[in-house]
Amino acid sequence: MKEVLKDLDKAFENRTRLGIMSALMVNEAVDFNSLKDLLGVTDGNLASHLKSLEKSNYIIYKKDFLDRKTNTSYSATPKGKKAFIKHLNAIEKLLK
Amino acid sequence: MKEKYIEDLKEIKEVMNRSTRFISLSGLSGVSTGIIAMGGVLFAYLSFFKEKNYLVYHAVELNKEAIIKLLMIAVTTLILSIVCAVFFTTRKTKKGNQKIINKQTKELIINLLIPLVTGGLLCLMLLFKGFLGILPSLTLIFYGLALINASKYTFAELRNLGLIEILIGLFAFQFITYSLLFWAFGFGMVQIIYGMIIQRKY
Repeated sequence: MKEVLKDLDKAFENRTRLGIMSALMVNEAVDFNSLKDLLGVTDGNLASHLKSLEKSNYIIYKKDFLDRKTNTSYSATPKGKKAFIKHLNAIEKLLK
Repeated sequence: MKEKYIEDLKEIKEVMNRSTRFISLSGLSGVSTGIIAMGGVLFAYLSFFKEKNYLVYHAVELNKEAIIKLLMIAVTTLILSIVCAVFFTTRKTKKGNQKIINKQTKELIINLLIPLVTGGLLCLMLLFKGFLGILPSLTLIFYGLALINASKYTFAELRNLGLIEILIGLFAFQFITYSLLFWAFGFGMVQIIYGMIIQRKY
């Protein structure tokens, strides 16, 4: 039991962060507004959770221009993907 | 504690689904296109196939008027179906606060169109060469392939619908004299039933 708890990642304890990571696991990249629509959260809320995932090096962002407006899209890093899978496995063990 | 993680898993699954699949496809669009298809095939039978036996394996003599008449029926049926499908689906996306044009719908449409346009062009060429009898079968088969190809981007059920349409298409080829009936069954009845199932489920 203790082993399993150690594998659970604090970064994914929060629902919004979990949602961001889930979307980035199955998509190459997702832009800010799509994430916002998908998860139904406010700009500020989403931005702060994105920032915290960035700090853990789980996601990276890319800025480019779309119709003269900046468009920020996010993708999961290999480290982030690995951490997410580890977290999922831990949940699975916990629920057994 | 355990409940939280069960909820988490649910959320993960839902976000993954919603971010890759277009789930606002309306079941009513299936029902409406099914009804339109039945109407189209009935009209084609009464005004065209009833008089002569066109449902054969070899090419038949078709004059210009006949081809134009057939194309008119086909194009009208197609346009009416698309209008209905877009109408019901837009209505549903508005209800669910989803955008109609997003990455998933683009993928869905492109993947649907590749086999569909290929089949459509091939059928047009065959029509101009007089191979009318094999068209019901071929349209069913290519439609089925298109559905299977598009099913990755929307309800997984679409894959089974595609397999059924292909099977009906093969039957339509084997029993070519009845191919118009198979066509009405595949594009009409089966679509109506599937539309109702999807409408109920989602």
